[in-house]
Amino acid sequence: MKKFFIGFAVVSLLIAGVLSYFASGDPDGLDKTVEDTGIAEHAQEHPLSDTVFADYAVGGDDAFTGLAGILGVVVVLALSFGLFWFLRKRTNV
Amino acid sequence: MHMSDGLLNAPVSVVFLVIAAVGVGFALVKARADLDDRTAPMAGLVATFIFAVQMINFPILPGASGHLLGGALAAILVGPYVGALCVTIVLVVQALLFADGGLTALGANVTNMALIGTAAGFLVAVALRKVAERGKGGLAAVAFTSAFVNTLVAATGFVVEYAIGGVGGVEIGKVALLMWGLHALIGIGEGLITAVTVTSVAAIRPDLVHLLKGSRKPLEVRS
Repeated sequence: MKKFFIGFAVVSLLIAGVLSYFASGDPDGLDKTVEDTGIAEHAQEHPLSDTVFADYAVGGDDAFTGLAGILGVVVVLALSFGLFWFLRKRTNV
Repeated sequence: MHMSDGLLNAPVSVVFLVIAAVGVGFALVKARADLDDRTAPMAGLVATFIFAVQMINFPILPGASGHLLGGALAAILVGPYVGALCVTIVLVVQALLFADGGLTALGANVTNMALIGTAAGFLVAVALRKVAERGKGGLAAVAFTSAFVNTLVAATGFVVEYAIGGVGGVEIGKVALLMWGLHALIGIGEGLITAVTVTSVAAIRPDLVHLLKGSRKPLEVRS
């Protein structure tokens, strides 16, 4: 049981930490739609666009995308595990 | 599929923040029944996996890409309510930590990707449960189909939101055509990723696939 969970976490770390460097930089389906129709002109700058990990970089440097990805994995794991562990039915107590 | 702030007008953004809050609140209440000492860690890992895979934009056409949304994937593995919460956590972290997806747009983004996409994917999966129980091929086909529908429904969410309160006055038919065309292609990627992931989990730990619950020996009930 533990092996499976550790394996699942390692796969996520590798995807976010390594494979992320090979992701396409082209706009996704929604971004492409709003760009091609001109809707994107109305898009506002993200209020947090100056923060250190904005756009999955570190201080605006894309060379650290993998690091940002690993940080995201750790944060999502901590938050979600914490929430779901708190919410679970406590059948063993 | 994370929209920025400013694409929807303020009142409609607020309406979808309220809709998202109600939907996530409902999921929080209903999720308890699906979470125990075994499935809670699994749910945390599903959220984490979705975050990681969402980073990987895959090319669909020259100049356009797509990424996993993950609603159907999560719903098949951990159930629709926990699944909706998984995608919500991912979207909140992306918006607050990585400035990906607007803040006033968060309600619409959660509604599209975490709520209606997940619900649609789950409904398709449940409707096809008999096929999924037939074996690996059946499960893969069901995972692919529900993920494809998940993507198109989430894309439709944006079309509807833009029709109600979009800024810029672009003809809705044009928006719909682009969204559906592009997301039909992205949905194929979503379907493939979901099929591979779900069948991989089922091969190692079939007991951790929510959709297959009850198709094997009944789980031990503890009092």
